[in-house]
Amino acid sequence: MSAAKPLPAVDYLKLPEGGEPYLEGYKCKACGAVFLGERTVCSKCGARDALAPQKLGTKGKLYAYSIVHRSFPGVEVPYISAIVDLEGGGTLKGNLINIEADPAKLKFDMPVEVVFKDAGRKDREGNSYMAYFFEPRRA
Amino acid sequence: MGDVYVVGIDMTKFQKAGTGPAVDVLGAKAALGALDDCGLKIQDMQALYCGNLYQASGMVGQRILQQIGQTGIPVVNVANACATGATAFREGWAAVKAGLYDTVLAVGVEKMSAGLLGGGGSGGISKEGLFGSSTMPAVFAEAGMEHSRKYGTTFEQFAKVSVKNHHHSTLNPKAMYQIETPLDMVMGAEMIAYPNTKLMCSVNVDGSAAAVLMSEKKVKELGLGKRAVKVRASVMTSDPWQERDLVMPDVNTCTRLAAKQAYEMAGIGADDIDLIELHDCFATAEILHYENLGICKDGEAGKMIDTGAVALGGKVPVNVSGGLLSKGHPLGATGIANIFEVVTHLRGEAGKRQVEGARFGLTHVIGLGSACGIHILEKVA
Ligand SMILES: [Zn+2]
Repeated sequence: MSAAKPLPAVDYLKLPEGGEPYLEGYKCKACGAVFLGERTVCSKCGARDALAPQKLGTKGKLYAYSIVHRSFPGVEVPYISAIVDLEGGGTLKGNLINIEADPAKLKFDMPVEVVFKDAGRKDREGNSYMAYFFEPRRA
Repeated sequence: MGDVYVVGIDMTKFQKAGTGPAVDVLGAKAALGALDDCGLKIQDMQALYCGNLYQASGMVGQRILQQIGQTGIPVVNVANACATGATAFREGWAAVKAGLYDTVLAVGVEKMSAGLLGGGGSGGISKEGLFGSSTMPAVFAEAGMEHSRKYGTTFEQFAKVSVKNHHHSTLNPKAMYQIETPLDMVMGAEMIAYPNTKLMCSVNVDGSAAAVLMSEKKVKELGLGKRAVKVRASVMTSDPWQERDLVMPDVNTCTRLAAKQAYEMAGIGADDIDLIELHDCFATAEILHYENLGICKDGEAGKMIDTGAVALGGKVPVNVSGGLLSKGHPLGATGIANIFEVVTHLRGEAGKRQVEGARFGLTHVIGLGSACGIHILEKVA
């Protein structure tokens, strides 16, 4: 029972049977805006039924960040809360890992990669979850 | 349509979160203060607009009337995140402007708890610290770092905002804190979310503020013109679509939109403004709003804080009250408390922190999610 597949930690993270995890965006055919997760109306231009799912890219650049030293009880600190612009459209927020949480080490626009790993947290029923993170990437 | 005036206004001394009286008693205190300020009674009020966030479903406005006089007037309770107080004030303004009433009362009140705001989540597992942080200090840190990436704004420049606002509040007996915080103290305080240290985060307090708004006709009839302050602009915006919206709340675009509309409505420019009370929920946020409100060019906000242009005695003093950083931030009351500060200066009654010769003042709040409220007030007497 408990060897069950992990669940996606956010609804726009897709775990296809026998395939690699990926993030799903919805792109507006009318104006090109990219959203995280499913929707039917574009909040940029108001177009209806012009949104189609697309796989989001896994390469991106660091747009902005904060180094979080105080968080909720049980959350390990410090960690880097990062805003990343993806190649091909879309912006994500997530933890930037495998780099020192030091402003001197973090450069705006540094290349990063989206990686998928176990969230390290379980829900009350004991289910495990798949999450995404960012890692530095060689340009 | 005639102009609308603030004829009575008051705020409580902001106090440590959780130490204030019950929310209705706290709101009643400022309401009575505002009535006394213009020598009117609750029986003179034709409507009440009440702003409160944490008990938004609790009929706070009616409970305030149960404290100070149940006259049967209409009560509108509003909630609009940290723009709640400004929204209540603006609803009152709109009703008077439209000719529906001559005299109304607007109250903002909040009882707070200590600690981090934001970071809520539902179902499954907690997302905080897994997909970055949704705590307010981190969200506004990221907004500040966006400014850093564009213009090279430094940790030290952000910290100087806190030094300034804490200094200002040493001159404000109604502020939560009256302590100087030198730069090394601000920068050396506990890091909450880089670049915001603990002294660069607004302080959660209990407090209330209230204003009596009146039509021009009634002001003349009652002879209240001497201390009346004219509302030259009242504007509210929500956040227009931005490409990073989904992960990065945008406090800039809605502020720029509101500022543009407010200057147009008032028929003046940013250069005419003599003092500003803006939404410094975090030190990083204040820097952004110098540019958003047009008091300097894009990219010059760092220089504004470095040169002291925004300090008391400078070209356009910002947050002379101490701001949310040091006066305190009782969410639903903040939007009327900053109007209290500006009105006090325009009346020439601000004592040691008086901005000399002030004619125009601007107030600004942001409710994340987002709502931006801007008011421009003018000394007339
Ligand atoms: Zn569209």
